[in-house]
Amino acid sequence: MKFSDLLQETYSSLTVNKARSSLTILGIVIGIGSVIAMVSIGQGAQGSIEARIQSIGSNLIQVTPGAQRGVGVQVSAGRGSAQTLTQVDADAIIKEVTLAKAVAPEISKRYQVTAKGTNTNTQVIGTVSAYPEVRSVEIDQGSFITDDNVRSLARVAVLGPTTRDDLFGQGSDAIGQTVRINKVDFRIVGVTKAKGGTGFGSQDDMIFVPLSTAQRFLAGDTYVTTISIQAQDQSSMTEIQQQVTDLLLQRHNISDSSAADFSVLNQADLVATASSVTDTLTILLGAIAGISLVVGGIGIMNMMLTTVTERTREIGLRKAIGARRSDISTQFLVESVTLTFIGGVIGIIFGWLAALAVTQFAGITTSISLMSVSLAVGVSAAIGIVFGYYPARRAAGLNPIDALRYE
Amino acid sequence: MIECENIFKIYKNGDEETTVLKEISFTIKDGEFVAIMGPSGSGKSTLMHIIGALDTPSSGKYELDNHDVSKLSDDELADIRRSKIGFVFQSFNLLSRSTVLRNVMLPLVYSGVSKIKRDEQAKSALMAAGLPEDRWNHLSNQLSGGQMQRVAIARALVNNPSIILADEPTGNLDSKTGEIVLGTFQELNHKHNHTIVLITHEPYVAEHADRIIHIQDGSILEDKKNSKKRVVHNHDN
Repeated sequence: MKFSDLLQETYSSLTVNKARSSLTILGIVIGIGSVIAMVSIGQGAQGSIEARIQSIGSNLIQVTPGAQRGVGVQVSAGRGSAQTLTQVDADAIIKEVTLAKAVAPEISKRYQVTAKGTNTNTQVIGTVSAYPEVRSVEIDQGSFITDDNVRSLARVAVLGPTTRDDLFGQGSDAIGQTVRINKVDFRIVGVTKAKGGTGFGSQDDMIFVPLSTAQRFLAGDTYVTTISIQAQDQSSMTEIQQQVTDLLLQRHNISDSSAADFSVLNQADLVATASSVTDTLTILLGAIAGISLVVGGIGIMNMMLTTVTERTREIGLRKAIGARRSDISTQFLVESVTLTFIGGVIGIIFGWLAALAVTQFAGITTSISLMSVSLAVGVSAAIGIVFGYYPARRAAGLNPIDALRYE
Repeated sequence: MIECENIFKIYKNGDEETTVLKEISFTIKDGEFVAIMGPSGSGKSTLMHIIGALDTPSSGKYELDNHDVSKLSDDELADIRRSKIGFVFQSFNLLSRSTVLRNVMLPLVYSGVSKIKRDEQAKSALMAAGLPEDRWNHLSNQLSGGQMQRVAIARALVNNPSIILADEPTGNLDSKTGEIVLGTFQELNHKHNHTIVLITHEPYVAEHADRIIHIQDGSILEDKKNSKKRVVHNHDN
């Protein structure tokens, strides 16, 4: 039997009962559509979380103070709030951890900031000149804090674009103007580029000042809140993490690493953890949608079995005039694969529209990959074969004599 | 040419054996018009299935054009049916949602004949079966019973088979239309030299053939030339 004849037979038999064929296709459309939409939500979430983590900086290791538990004290201070890391620790890391490409200690706290009558509450970060490199911050106007600024306790500030907008108005030139932080005047020397993004701490709503100045005039002590270390490359991260941990344990006179009063966070671990969470999310969403796909497949099988019964006499006739078993089974298989293929294509379109709608109205990032589309097409064709196989076999196996007598 | 030699057909149902056909032997030469006649339950349908390569005998030998057909597989039997046998059924068995032409072409579709050639062959078969040309593109369920049976005859002819097997072809038709259909068979036999085997339970229908094989209780009761052949003259179709 020629392929064109096969298509003609398929077309004529599927159009006999249009309502039934359409409803069966609808089952597959819903199945494939929801798989596409759900997986796109999962993959979108994964993409945006990974991008967010990468935007903090690349090959980054962060040391933050942990909870120090004194003898007999049952209540520990919250992680990150403890004051266990000092300027000296940072200097020691710079000196001894040779694999580190750059080290940027910082001290951060929220302050009320005023400028010419406007005022805002924002994060003030005292840091050093290496910060932009380590944390992927780019300068839009002016310059960042220099080593000289840090040495000379200069009262200079670099503003994030959001802070600049809040204090001086959208897009205005703030260089040379003055902001007052905690009753101390700072001259503005630079504005950073917008990084975008909201969520855990906007990186655009910040003021950077020299670390020494922040310690002297704002905090009044020499503790630091975070030490960011940039590794040469991905492969040296684990080693740096180990060196930093050993060094700080030794400096803090702690012999048991589980009692460490600081924590060393590796960005790769963070990405891996987030990825595993979003992977699970994607699989979960995909599995829920997959159930409806299976139900759709059962719909196909149901329809094909009904069709085989209805067309028993026709099958008998076809066999009597010389159709082989394979002619009959191929015809029924092509019918079911056609149903699922049409359903798959429409389903992809619907799933894509649904993903767009989710992005538009719910503000959730979605991402449709070529992989998920080709998987959907493959799966729908496979469903046609799997669920069409039994009915096709049944049709092909009919005895022509009995089939011709069937009423 | 059909050669049956000592054909038995036995159905087994558990321990019980039913002999439907026993010691059937006959030869039908090319160009003959033979009626196989017998009451219902005589085994004539089973015999037709064996002659039509729809079934195989339990024992004995059946040769069609000197090919032994008695021990072939399902698919090999399908090949024989496709190339050597044309069926005409009591209930026509047309595809109702397809056109007349498409119905007639169907056997050629399974033989893989090219579109142009099958169109040609289908049209000449319809011509031979005497269906008016203005009906050729109708859907087959828009035709009258007599016209449907002619489409079925054209479908049986289209492969240019060795034999045409007609199973009670007039059973669903009124007597006048039945007469015309029988006339068509006579014409195909007479003018185009087609071998025709007509299976019927009615002596009146059987009398349109040149030879009558009378079957009863699974055996041949009588096999003789029909001396009082009824000849139908179809002047108009």
